[in-house]
Order: sequence, then C-alpha cells, then structure tokens
Amino acid sequence: MRSAAASNQGTLVSESPSATTAVFHARFEQVAPIPLAAEITCHGGELLALVGPSGSGKSTLLRSIAGLYQPEQGRVVCNDETWLDTIANIHLPTSRRRIGMVFQNYALFPHLSALENVLEGMDVPTAATARERALELLHRVHLDGLAARRPAQLSGGQQQRVAMARALARNPHILLLDEPFSAVDRATREKLYVELADLRRDLPMPVILVTHDLDEATMLADRMTILSHGRTIQTGPPLVIRRHPANIEVARLIGLKNLFSGVIIAHQPSAGHTLIGWNGQHLKVHLRQDFPPGTPITWGLPTTDVLLMPLDHDSQGNLDNPVSGRIAKIVTLGETVHIQVHADETDGARLFLSVSHHIARRYALAEGQQLALRLRGEHIHLMPADDSPRRTRLTASESAVNSPA
Amino acid sequence: MDWSALFLSLKLSTATMLLLLPCGLWAGRALAWRRFRGKALLEALLALPLVLPPTVLGFYLLLAMGGNSPLGQWYRSLFGHTLAFSFDGLLLASMIFNLPFAILPMQRAFESITPEIRGAAMCCGMSRWRQFVRIEFPLAWPGIVSALVLIFAHTLGEFGVVLMVGGSIPGETRTIAISIYDRVQSFETTAAGVMSAVLLAISLTAISLSYALGRRLESRHTRV
Repeated sequence: MRSAAASNQGTLVSESPSATTAVFHARFEQVAPIPLAAEITCHGGELLALVGPSGSGKSTLLRSIAGLYQPEQGRVVCNDETWLDTIANIHLPTSRRRIGMVFQNYALFPHLSALENVLEGMDVPTAATARERALELLHRVHLDGLAARRPAQLSGGQQQRVAMARALARNPHILLLDEPFSAVDRATREKLYVELADLRRDLPMPVILVTHDLDEATMLADRMTILSHGRTIQTGPPLVIRRHPANIEVARLIGLKNLFSGVIIAHQPSAGHTLIGWNGQHLKVHLRQDFPPGTPITWGLPTTDVLLMPLDHDSQGNLDNPVSGRIAKIVTLGETVHIQVHADETDGARLFLSVSHHIARRYALAEGQQLALRLRGEHIHLMPADDSPRRTRLTASESAVNSPA
Repeated sequence: MDWSALFLSLKLSTATMLLLLPCGLWAGRALAWRRFRGKALLEALLALPLVLPPTVLGFYLLLAMGGNSPLGQWYRSLFGHTLAFSFDGLLLASMIFNLPFAILPMQRAFESITPEIRGAAMCCGMSRWRQFVRIEFPLAWPGIVSALVLIFAHTLGEFGVVLMVGGSIPGETRTIAISIYDRVQSFETTAAGVMSAVLLAISLTAISLSYALGRRLESRHTRV
C-alpha cells in the first residue's frame, strides 16, 4: 500500500486546468434571524481565514457557502459555476456543490470505517480505482494502517485527519474547514497545524478556514477576513491587519488594548511625523497625512510597544513619546507580566503594557509605583474616530488586566 | 389450541408491520427533521392511541367503517361486503391503532442522527437515496427494527379494538386474544392456558429483542 501511495503522490488531487486560476466569490445579505452582510473572495490555492468571536456568523457564512444554510439574499460563484443567486433564483443543493467540508466535530459516519468514510466522499465509491485512491488519501494524512478502524476507535486528531481525507476525496473546488482544530488538545493541534500547512501546498483549490483564534489564522492563512455580527469588516494579510486595523472595531476584535481618542494637531513631513493631541499631551506618530489637521481620531498601540524607560535614559528613538504614570495593577501570566498604568496629566487614562518576567523583576515593579514610560510613535496606529458604541471583542484576547474597562 | 386464530393473529401482525414500515419511515423521518406549523398537534394526534381506551378507539373506527359511513359505503361498492367485521377492516384498524408504535421509535432513531452527519452526507455529494441507504438507515435501523417488533407484539395481543371492529368471526376476525377470551367464557381453561402461554412467549421474545436493539442504538451514538 505504501509503495503504491508513494508512486501516486502527484495525483492526490487531480489537476484541472482552471483550478489554479479559479476565484471563489460569495456575498450574503440578511436582516434576520442572523444578520449577515458579508463578502468574501478566495483564490485558487489560497487559504483565507474567517475570524471573529463566537456568534459573529462565521459558521453561518461557511454553511451558506455549502448550501446547508439558506440566507435571504446572496450569490456564490465558484469556478465560474453559480451555486447560489437569489436574484436569478438559483439554489444548487449541497450535494451538487463541489465542496469538501471538515466539520467542527468532524461528523464522521460512526458506523463506517475510516476507509469507508473516505470512500463515501467520492463521486463513484464503487469504481475500481476508488479504494486505491482512498488508501492513498489516508496515507497522505498519515493514517496508514488505520483504514479499518471505526471513528470511535480513533483519537481526536486521527478523526480530524479522516475528515480531511474525506473532504478531499471528491476533488472539491473549494475546501471548507469549520474550526477543525477546536476539538483537540494543544499538542495535537500544533501537530495538525503543521500537517495542514504542509498539505495545502499541494491543494489547487481555495481553502476557507473558520476560526476564533487569531494566532491560528496568523499562522495558517494567506489572508484573513474579520467578522463581527455577520459583517465582514476587514480583509487582508493577518500581520497587516494586526498592525493596521481599519477601525476601532477591528482593533478591539484583534485585542488591541491601548485604544484612545485623540486629534490631529499638525503634519511635519520634514521631520517625518504627525503630531496628535491626547488629553492635553502631544504625541509624535508615524506621518499620516491622510487625516487633515483637526480631525478627531482613535489611536492604538500594542502593549509590547509601551516601553519602560529608565529615568537616566537619553538615547530614545526619534518617535518615542515620554509619558509618566502610576502602576494600578500587576498581573503575572506565566512568563509575561501585564501591567496597567494610570497615566499622569491625561485624566487618568489607562495604559497597558506587557513585559517579560525578568524585566519586571529587574525594575522591581510594584503596584502604586511611579513609572516613566515611552510610547513608540512609529507603532502608534491611527484610525477614524470611534463614533460607534462599544461592540463585542474576541473574548480570548481579554486579560485580567483589562477587566475594569 | 385454536390454530386458525393463531395463524390469523400472525397474519394480521405481519401485515400491519409491513404496511406500517414505509409509513413509519416517512413520517418518523419527517417529524424528526422538519419543522412546520401544527407539528405539536400532529404529534399529539399520532400518540393518541397510546392513551385512548381501545374500546373508544374501536367504537369510532366502527362508526367510520360501518355501512352508513362514506368509507363503509365506498368499500362496499368496491368489494360487495362491509369493511367492519372483515379482515381488511381489522387490518386498517390495527394500522391506525399501531401508528404511535411505528412512528415514535423511528422518529427517535432519526432524531439521533445529528444535523452535522446529515450535512456531511450532503457535502459528500451523495444522492438522497444513497444518503438514506448508506447513512440514515444503518444509523437508524435498531430504532426501525424496534418499532417493527413493537407493532408485531402489540397487534398480536390487541383485544379491545379487534372485538369492536372485527367481532369474532372464525378465520376472518377471530384473533388469538379473542379466542382465549371465548375459551374462558366457555370454561375451557386448559386451552385458554396453552394459548395464553404461547402469546406470552412470543410477546416476551419480541419485547426483549426490542430492548436489546434499543440499547444497541444508544451505544452506537454515545460511543462517538
């Protein structure tokens, strides 16, 4: 079996000429019961992560693509084939959409063996070559020798691999993964991350991964789309979104804790920075001439870019902004110490910083202590002013330090 | 031992069971997965024979099948005799009386198949028929068999409805339960005892089978 599989590795997913250039596009709109206003695009061979807190509509979106959920209005086009078009009254049933789907709890057929599960995923399970190809798929997901096992006799990670093999069995035009890592332990999950990253290099079709885990999306996805209340609010490469959230809502969803209101004072192109006012203080930030002076803005800064500054420190960076404050709270989580500081002269604005354990010890940090800090202006990110009420955040990113907010 | 009564009972039970199988599959599956207006009322109606005294049900069925009812007249015009007090009438009454035994276990069996499993079957591109044959039926079959066993055993032992709708015509409507009653009435205690023992044995076997299968269904779904 092994040798047959090895020699056929290249034919795991048969290449169709259009597959590599295929573009998947979906748009959904609905008012109730679950509000939807979403648009996603995914290219062949690309992995797009749909990220949002629970209840943000990620799974509904995925189910709508699969045809397992019928939104009020929408359009789904895959490989120039229209699967859904509510205006033209096209509703292709799930079984006729060429999808491969891995469900959150895998949804393996409990009465069938691993091999039979994969066979059921094929168009013609009785074909002479079907069995060989199913074994080959099982080999590809590292399940050699487990073909005869029933799902109940497999570990969580093995079940996920069977689900993956089954999803790939019919050469899908799109692969849909619904939180495929949420039901396994951490060690298994990390192994499966590597396997997916390895597997997807050979996959010509678009892959859509639903997850609530920002780090998972950052590791695995080429691009990610942030979802909130059924709306797609920003799409881009994970690191770009994490550095440059489009608005305060995205900033909150990705767990940016230092978020404050400010106003543009002036642009100083010759010095390479913009001046913003923050509760009577002036901060130098990266030049952003797209906001005219006088514009109210929201600014954000990662907790790792609020630095402790020794009082005798004089070699500060060009865009460093000195701020002083008093430590309000210290919480230690493993190797990282999360510190909440009440900044002086800013109406008691709360700044959050995280430092490693040994730094905290060297500075002998304690609650009530007066601190000199610097805010790294080149990492201060400007966004349109917050004009909306507070919305939900990714709960996972909340930490104890943030709770008083 | 009234062999013709035993044979008639077995014939009635088997026919009821076989005729209710497709009805139960269709209705059980629909009730398990579909949501529609008036579902609760329909479920209550289908379960009514469980709580209604058999004589009450038998009375209404007799009225519905009698020569003066539209159904009775229609039947008589087709076959030349009344539906009441005939094997056909008995079979129809038996089917109605057994509806809850057919539908409830099958509904529970289909309900135990999760929406994800059904979604996965659809995502695999299976046709509806293949979904039913390869996934739904194998997962639900202990519930289905359990329903069939219950119908069989229950029909075998039914007395009230049979008496009201069928009377006691030898070879036509005199089932083993009626026959036992007749023997006791005429002080033939030994014959009644033998037949009672046979009925007891068949019923016990059937109900044990049903429980064993029910447990199997349960373990199949909790194992995963």
